[in-house]
Amino acid sequence: MNALLSLKNVWVEYGDKVVLERVDLDIAEHSFVSIIGPSGAGKSTLLRLLLGQEAPTRGRILLDGQPLKPECGPDRGVVFQRYSVFPHLDARHNVLFGLECAQAPLLGRLFGAARRRALAEADAMLVAVGLGDNGHVYPAQMSGGMQQRLAIAQALVKKPRLLLLDEPFGALDPGIRADMHVLISRLWREQGLTIAMVTHDIGEAFALGTRVLTLDKRRNDPHAPHRFGATAVYDIALDRKRATQIAGVSSITIDENDNN
Amino acid sequence: MRLVNIRPTRRNAVLLGLAPLLLLVLAYLIASASRHAINPADKILPTPAAMAAAMYSLVAVPDPLSGDLLFWADTAASLSRLGLGLGISTLSALIVGLVLGLIPGVRATFGPLVTIIAVIPPIALLPILFIIFGLGEAAKVALIVIGILPFMIRDIAAHVEALPAEQLVKAQTLGASSWQLALRVALPQAMPRLIQAVRLSLGPAWVFLISAEAIASDVGLGYRIFLVRRYLSMDIILPYVAWITLLAIVMDWALQQVSKRGFAWSHAR
Repeated sequence: MNALLSLKNVWVEYGDKVVLERVDLDIAEHSFVSIIGPSGAGKSTLLRLLLGQEAPTRGRILLDGQPLKPECGPDRGVVFQRYSVFPHLDARHNVLFGLECAQAPLLGRLFGAARRRALAEADAMLVAVGLGDNGHVYPAQMSGGMQQRLAIAQALVKKPRLLLLDEPFGALDPGIRADMHVLISRLWREQGLTIAMVTHDIGEAFALGTRVLTLDKRRNDPHAPHRFGATAVYDIALDRKRATQIAGVSSITIDENDNN
Repeated sequence: MRLVNIRPTRRNAVLLGLAPLLLLVLAYLIASASRHAINPADKILPTPAAMAAAMYSLVAVPDPLSGDLLFWADTAASLSRLGLGLGISTLSALIVGLVLGLIPGVRATFGPLVTIIAVIPPIALLPILFIIFGLGEAAKVALIVIGILPFMIRDIAAHVEALPAEQLVKAQTLGASSWQLALRVALPQAMPRLIQAVRLSLGPAWVFLISAEAIASDVGLGYRIFLVRRYLSMDIILPYVAWITLLAIVMDWALQQVSKRGFAWSHAR
């Protein structure tokens, strides 16, 4: 297995509280890893590690064989449950933001031909997530589903090596959630993404993932429950089911441009 | 129908809002007329005619000593002091507030200092300002700045600090540097808040301006009303107060328009 991301004996401790212990994990390129587990089992901590928001207390995290810097960077995209789009920019400029940051370090803005090229790229990405007609809409006028589509477009325009999803569909209505499942599956397939998704919804984890990780504590000391951390207790590969499910999804007629 | 559910129409709301103002004016006119019926030389509640006559000599007749039209000279002097004080405060609050709100190290270093300065009563510093800057324009502008700047800095810093962490993380995953975070994420979102802070600071700014002018000045709206107080010239004081009120309302309205036009996204919900 060609590992895109490897965690080697990773521990996370806050004071004497152990959150994660002995996490050994390889995430292959083009896989879709769902991470589930009870509350407080360190799902979010694991995601923050992968994101670079915090560093492990012990152990190493390698991305493409290189140690991961403990800081967020453009090689890892993220979609949170909420607040991950910029309220002061319309949809187009939300997507444009990432391109402008890379190409205009000083002004943070592009002009002329470079701007037109970047805008074309941003528009194409909006079409891909089904927001083609909503380029000039501000997030405050969007529904929750549209905002999440925008957040995905924003992240994907940077072509991240790894896309991290933190309960991305948790705040959406069931119908819209189903639409979003179709969208993220299609983007994952078409763009060859590698995705790690934290979710509370076990059905969602199994429906979308090629692999389901369950985080929980292996051991528990009733007198000092904080002294043992969580680790991956189940690691289930779903490769065979995956192939049939994709075939099933693409045979259903779905309005991919709806603006829920 | 319940009282809480009875909503006036737009037109009725305007009429309702005007009613207390008109009643107040009417009450003044009646009180003024009744005082003048007893004592035609009454100075405490001057009639509109007396106010117009007194103001005419300030607005349209050049002062025999200086040759200035005193009303306009007062207005220009006060507005330039106020504008300078507000301008310096706004610009500094934006820059300092952004840096304080965005960079944890700077916040840890200077946050407590700003908090302490903010609780010093600015008028208590006026003697120091007069000693340092003399009795000229600088001391008056400095009083306005010291009076409103700490509040504005704290307001902007708190607003920037309260931006959702998700947003800042997201921007970093999109490749934003600290500079780009400040310029493209924090600054535009701080702007509408800055305008609100300026609107809220207008009241205190006028207070500090008039205080400074009352104590040491030779021209200005505050100077004039404190000067003519010695002669019980209510016929000048009242129009001046009305004029200051009008200026304050226009400034507030203009700032609100700037916010609505320039930052429509923040008025969306």
